[in-house]
Amino acid sequence: MLLEIKAVRKVFGTGVVLDDLSLDVGEHQVVALIGASGSGKSTLLRCVNLLEQIDDGAIHLDGEDITDPRVDPDKVRQRIGMVFQSYNLFPHMSVLDNITLAPTRVHNKALSIAKDQAMEWLNRVGLADKSLSYPDRLSGGQQQRVAIVRALVNSPRLLLLDEVTSALDPELVGEVLTMIRELKGEGMTMVLATHEMGFARQVADKVVFLDGGRVLESGPPEQVLGEPKEPRTRQFLARIIEAGRL
Amino acid sequence: MTGGLHTPSTVQKERIAYRRGKAIRSVLLAAGSTAVVGVLLIVAVTGSPGWDRVKGSFFSWEIAKESFPAVLEGLWLNIRLLVVCAVLALALGLFTAVLRTLRGPVFFPVRAMATFYTYAFRGVPLIIVIYLFAFGIPGLRLQGTPGVYVLGGAALIVTYGAYLAEVFRAGIESVHPSQLAAARSLGLTYRQTMRHVVLPQAVRRVAPPLLNDTVALQKDVGLVSLAGPIDAVRAAQIATAENFNYTPYIVAAVLFVLLALPLIAVTDWVTLRAARRQNAGS
Repeated sequence: MLLEIKAVRKVFGTGVVLDDLSLDVGEHQVVALIGASGSGKSTLLRCVNLLEQIDDGAIHLDGEDITDPRVDPDKVRQRIGMVFQSYNLFPHMSVLDNITLAPTRVHNKALSIAKDQAMEWLNRVGLADKSLSYPDRLSGGQQQRVAIVRALVNSPRLLLLDEVTSALDPELVGEVLTMIRELKGEGMTMVLATHEMGFARQVADKVVFLDGGRVLESGPPEQVLGEPKEPRTRQFLARIIEAGRL
Repeated sequence: MTGGLHTPSTVQKERIAYRRGKAIRSVLLAAGSTAVVGVLLIVAVTGSPGWDRVKGSFFSWEIAKESFPAVLEGLWLNIRLLVVCAVLALALGLFTAVLRTLRGPVFFPVRAMATFYTYAFRGVPLIIVIYLFAFGIPGLRLQGTPGVYVLGGAALIVTYGAYLAEVFRAGIESVHPSQLAAARSLGLTYRQTMRHVVLPQAVRRVAPPLLNDTVALQKDVGLVSLAGPIDAVRAAQIATAENFNYTPYIVAAVLFVLLALPLIAVTDWVTLRAARRQNAGS
C-alpha cells in the first residue's frame, strides 16, 4: 500500500473531526472522499500532508510512519503534492515563479532546468502563454491548473486534491477535471475530496463516504454511488441529486 | 472596448452633455469657495491688531536670508541622520517582527525579548531615550564609547525600530494562513516560507504605513540636538536668540516641508498603487 491511514483520530477543541478512521490507498489508485461539509474530508487530507497533527492512530507513506514526531515533516511533504480549493497561488509571483519555487528552493534544481520543465507542463495544459502573468490575471480554472502543475513538478508519490473544483464556475470545472483524468491515465496516485459525484464515479477506483469523521461506506463507485447500503449514504446522495449535482 | 466606430445614440449624447455641464459647475463652485475662504483667512490674519508685530518678528526677509545658511547646514545633519536611521530602524524592525513570529519552545527567550523590546520602546518617550543613550552611556566611562551623533542616532533607531516592528508584524499576520499551507505543502521549510512567500507579501502590504513612519522619523531626528549636535531646529533657535526674531523657525519649517514633500508623494503613490492592485485581484 502506498498510503495507509490507521485508526486516525483528530480533535479540534471538543469536536471530534476524525474518529478512528482507517483507509488504504494502493499505488496508481484514485480514491474519492465524499460526504457533507464538516464530515472530515479536508481535515483528513491536511493530516496526511502533516499540516494538522493527528491526536491518535498513524499514517504510513510507502511503509514509513510519517506521523512519528521524529520524522521531518518538510521531507515528507516533498513526497506529497497538494492542491487546495482556493488555489492558493502566490499572488506576488508570476505563474512561472510559482511553479519553479519548490524545484529550485527545495529540490535544488538549476533555475534553467526548472523553467524548462515548468514550460513543458504549461504547454501540456495549454497555459504556456500565461507563464509571465500574475495569478490575478488568470481565470479560476487557469489558476487551479497552474496550482496542479505547481504540485506536479515536484514529482510527488501522492497527490491530494481538496475540493479543487468547488470554487469554480460550472463552465470552468471541465478543464480542471480533464486534467485530473489525464493524470489518472498516467498512473498518478490521488486522494480527492469532491462534491462532483459524476466525476467521482468516472475517475475513482474507490469511493469513500465519510460521515461524522468515520468511514461509513467505501467501495467501487458503482456500488457506493449506485447501490449504497447505508441509509445515511442514500440520504446524502438524494440531497445531492436534489441539488442537481449528480 | 471594441466599439471604435460606434456613434453614441441621442440619449447617450444628452447624458454626456449633462455630465460635462455638471463637471464644469463643480469646478467653478470649488474655485469660488476656495477664493472666499482664502480671502477671509488673509483678511482675518492681516487685519488683526497685532499683525504688524507678528509680520516683523516671524516673516522678516532680511533675517530669513541671514539665518538661511546656518539652518541649511543644520538640515544637512538631519538628512544624514535620517538616511542612516531610517535604513537601520527598518532593518531592526523587520528582524524583531520575524523574531516575534517564531514558534517553538526553543525560541521562547528570543520571542520574550522581542516582545519586551517593542513594549518598552514604544512606551518610553523618545526624548528620554535620547538622554539615556547620549548622557547615560558615556557616563559609564567605557573605552571606545562612540560620539554623541552615534548615540543619539542609536536612540532613534531603537525607538523607531520598535514602532516599525509592529507595522511589519501586522503585515506578516495579514498574510492568509492558506498561503503558508500552500508553501509548506510544497516542502518549503518555515524559513523558506517566510523568505519567499510571507515577507514579500507582508512588506508590500505595509509599505504605506512604513513610509509614513519614515516621514515622522524625519521630524524626530532633530531631537538629537537635545544632546548637543546642531540640527536645523537648533540652528534656527540659535539664530532666533541672536536677533530676538522668530523668522529662522519659519525658514526651518519651510525647509522641513520641502524635505518631506518627496517622501510624502512617494507614500501616496505607493498607497494608491497598493489599493489598485488589491482591486485588480479576484
